[in-house]
Amino acid sequence: MTDLTQLSMADARDGLRDKSFTATELTGAYLDAIERANERLNAYVAVTPDQALSMAAKSDERLSQGKAGALEGLPLGIKDLFATRGVHTQAASGILDGFEPRYESTVTQNLWDDGAVMLGKLNMDEFAMGSSNETSAYGPVINPWRSKKSNADLVPGGSSGGSAAAVASWLCAGATATDTGGSIRQPAALTGTVGMKPTYGRCSRWGVVAFASSLDQAGPITRTVRDAAMMLKSMASVDPKDTTSVDHPVPDYEAALGRSVKGITIGIPKEYRMESMPDEIEALWQTGISWLRDAGAEIRDISLPHTKYALPAYYIVAPAEASSNLARYDGVRYGKRVPGDDIIGLYENTRAEGFGHEVQRRVLIGTYVLSAGYYDAYYKKAQRVRTLIKRDFETVYRDGVDAILTPATPSAAFGIAEMATASPIEMYLNDIFTVTVNMAGLPGISVPSGLSADGLPMGLQLIGRPFDEETLFGLGAVMEQAAGSFSPERWW
Amino acid sequence: MNQHVQLPENREPDPAKFIPGATGDWELIIGLEVHAQVTSASKLFSGASTAFGAAPNSNVSLVDAAMPGMLPVINEECVKQAVRTGLGLKAQINKRSVFDRKNYFYPDLPQGYQISQYLDPIVGEGTITVDMIDGGSFTVGIERLHLEQDAGKSMHDQHPTMSFVDLNRSGVALMEIVSKPDIRSSDEARAYLTKLRSIMRYLGTCDGNMEEGSMRADINVSVRKPGDGFGTRCEIKNVNSMRFAAQAIEYEARRQIAILEDGGQIDQETRLFDPTKGETRSMRSKEEAHDYRYFPDPDLLPLEFDQAFIDALAAELPELPDEKKQRFIESYGITAYDASVLVAERDTADFFDTVAAGRDGKLAANWTINELFGRLNKEGLAIADSPVSAEQLGAIIDLIGDETISGKIAKDLFEIVWSEGGDPRQIVEDRGMKQVTDTGAIEAAVDEVIAANPDKVEQAKAKPNLAGWFVGQVMKATGGKANPKAVQELVRSKLGL
Repeated sequence: MTDLTQLSMADARDGLRDKSFTATELTGAYLDAIERANERLNAYVAVTPDQALSMAAKSDERLSQGKAGALEGLPLGIKDLFATRGVHTQAASGILDGFEPRYESTVTQNLWDDGAVMLGKLNMDEFAMGSSNETSAYGPVINPWRSKKSNADLVPGGSSGGSAAAVASWLCAGATATDTGGSIRQPAALTGTVGMKPTYGRCSRWGVVAFASSLDQAGPITRTVRDAAMMLKSMASVDPKDTTSVDHPVPDYEAALGRSVKGITIGIPKEYRMESMPDEIEALWQTGISWLRDAGAEIRDISLPHTKYALPAYYIVAPAEASSNLARYDGVRYGKRVPGDDIIGLYENTRAEGFGHEVQRRVLIGTYVLSAGYYDAYYKKAQRVRTLIKRDFETVYRDGVDAILTPATPSAAFGIAEMATASPIEMYLNDIFTVTVNMAGLPGISVPSGLSADGLPMGLQLIGRPFDEETLFGLGAVMEQAAGSFSPERWW
Repeated sequence: MNQHVQLPENREPDPAKFIPGATGDWELIIGLEVHAQVTSASKLFSGASTAFGAAPNSNVSLVDAAMPGMLPVINEECVKQAVRTGLGLKAQINKRSVFDRKNYFYPDLPQGYQISQYLDPIVGEGTITVDMIDGGSFTVGIERLHLEQDAGKSMHDQHPTMSFVDLNRSGVALMEIVSKPDIRSSDEARAYLTKLRSIMRYLGTCDGNMEEGSMRADINVSVRKPGDGFGTRCEIKNVNSMRFAAQAIEYEARRQIAILEDGGQIDQETRLFDPTKGETRSMRSKEEAHDYRYFPDPDLLPLEFDQAFIDALAAELPELPDEKKQRFIESYGITAYDASVLVAERDTADFFDTVAAGRDGKLAANWTINELFGRLNKEGLAIADSPVSAEQLGAIIDLIGDETISGKIAKDLFEIVWSEGGDPRQIVEDRGMKQVTDTGAIEAAVDEVIAANPDKVEQAKAKPNLAGWFVGQVMKATGGKANPKAVQELVRSKLGL
């Protein structure tokens, strides 16, 4: 029998409907794979085999009755940021020790309603703050990819490092992820997977542990563009419980695959050509441009003049919101409590012990930029920059650009602990190509596009108009076709 | 609120309200921030019940407990209530307002922030006309009204070393109504609070039950020499009764005057009123004031509605106290004072409206205020619990009006209706309480009294005022049922006066 875990979601869907195998068999194959690999890769922080098999059995029942949902029987990994009823939900943080919610996030509920099976909860940077998955209270996730030159462990990117690594190493058919500044697209690029961050408001944030509310957005990480289209179709919905979700019809994204890209105008923003950018990233970008040109797209040089202010503005807005969002983790009602002499002592001890360094750093930055006397200079100014960034995109879209092609990351995967002594700002630079998209609330997809000289995957990013994920899926499929797919050598 | 703005002077100085000090007169300046609980079935951003008196932590949703990943969803009814209140305060309604987060840590504040409105409140400037007991009135400017969440309740007396938290109130909608510093005495402050409460009760937007905490006030107090600019103010937090409000203001005024007259300075600070000692004490100084790090709540879009939304609410507004008072004066011909008393509570006004409809308005006002309210006050009863209904009181007044009974008998009748109930006209019929207007019967009684008192007759010839004595005797003899006017006329004619 072929290794069922190697199948794409779309192929597994066909196999299940053809009765080539059952959901129970498919789920069992993934649970076995997790069992063998997770100790080494640390992609899952909690595996839920009983729940998975029980969900799979129900899927098999529905499959046999011809009542299969869109994702019937497909085993998924869920980022630890999503609330899952009765199951580990800690945002990979110590402060939520033992927390198991009595509620299910809207996004995961949508997936279960379509028949998907939950394998467990995926590792991530603590509270989604990080670009290497090294800030997790559960330890770093190991990238299934290794350099040709060394067997050293590499990071999978972050914050959805567990999601990306699990998908790349066949520990789930697809995974939920979230993206506040690049947390879907950057790890996807670093693991040779597809990562789609949809338009802000496309997926409900209800039941997703908040990092920065005005930027957070859920999306899928998958092995193919088609799989991402399938998953997003199920994840997306307007939700009366999230008033920032948008009542906009969810199209059949899969139908956008294979659409001709002839006549589509692709913008190439000059501001994304960074001085320190490795040559191979630049070369990859040029390759991507030629793929799209060859497919009939019109390539146009564009300018997004406020790009350089995006990263500093992001690192004001996101921590500001985070400092307030994370105030509820105070040791009073749930999660970790470290007693103190009085209530202030309880707060201090709980938060000092419960939060890791990066989270503490961002809470401090956020508190600072919102403080009296600094608000105007930092937060308010950053919001103005945000408006300008948004306007940059609006201008090029109004001038006829349909999508924008950029590199997804400034480099391929780096080593575990390699950045340990670097300034935090160097780590933040990982988000340089992705934060603008969150600041403007736009959709963005990272598509695996080639390998570095060291044999590591690299991705290109497509940025679209608001709620035009379809164009991104269509273009992504063209690039995927041209680039081929990328899989790590199994060493774990 | 700690907004440092130079506020305009809206009141003419009134020496009658000055407080005499050792160094001369002082003028008291008061501004009030009233926290009024919005009357609504569920909370401002969650579906949990707002019912008072539930077991601790039984009206708490996932949102109120700030569970991870929970999001606020605005309760449209609370928005409508705020707009109604704004309309009642003749205030500007802002079609676009913004919810902000006010960040601070406290165990009864689960989110670690209160969702409030800071720079862009739902209601802007308005006015309230306040009537005083002496018949005068004054106008208080309203600075703003905004919506915000209430906090939960910390309980420090349940456990030897721990505090307990009850989140039933957490997330309940409050309207913070900020007045301009237009109030000049503790009496005025009480009258303002009473009027504001009356307006909100008419509107049905806040029940105003201070003892249940549904209306609380933060009181800003400063003093100055008449003619000077505003002095440094202190804010007395969370005063929860009218009486305490007046006491706190009086104490605080004396405290500040004493400091200033000793050559000292007032420190801007937040103070607490201690009702058992009747004094205020410092809670935190300006330096210790929280930095609330306000910023727009990214979980909530700006609150926007159109003019049609406002117009629809305006069209459904009930008649408010000021309009009702005017109508009572004009259509019932009663005094402004009586009208003020009658409109203070909607129930009372409605009661009077029923009593007075189609009857002598002045008589109706007298009977409602003097007889009924007097009796209700004596018994500690609310108008809703009155044993005498508006219809019954109206019937009693009808019996006076058509001269079936005298005013004196009417009081007896009122007593009977109060304690036994029943149809007043039937009671009069059954118990023979009808006024005697048969002049023959009255004449006989008059003759009898004159015959029995020849000495008085002599005296009366010299002193006509003594006729009153004869009238009294006749009334007594007829058991009060004789028509007093007829008796009077007969006595005078028989005595030859």
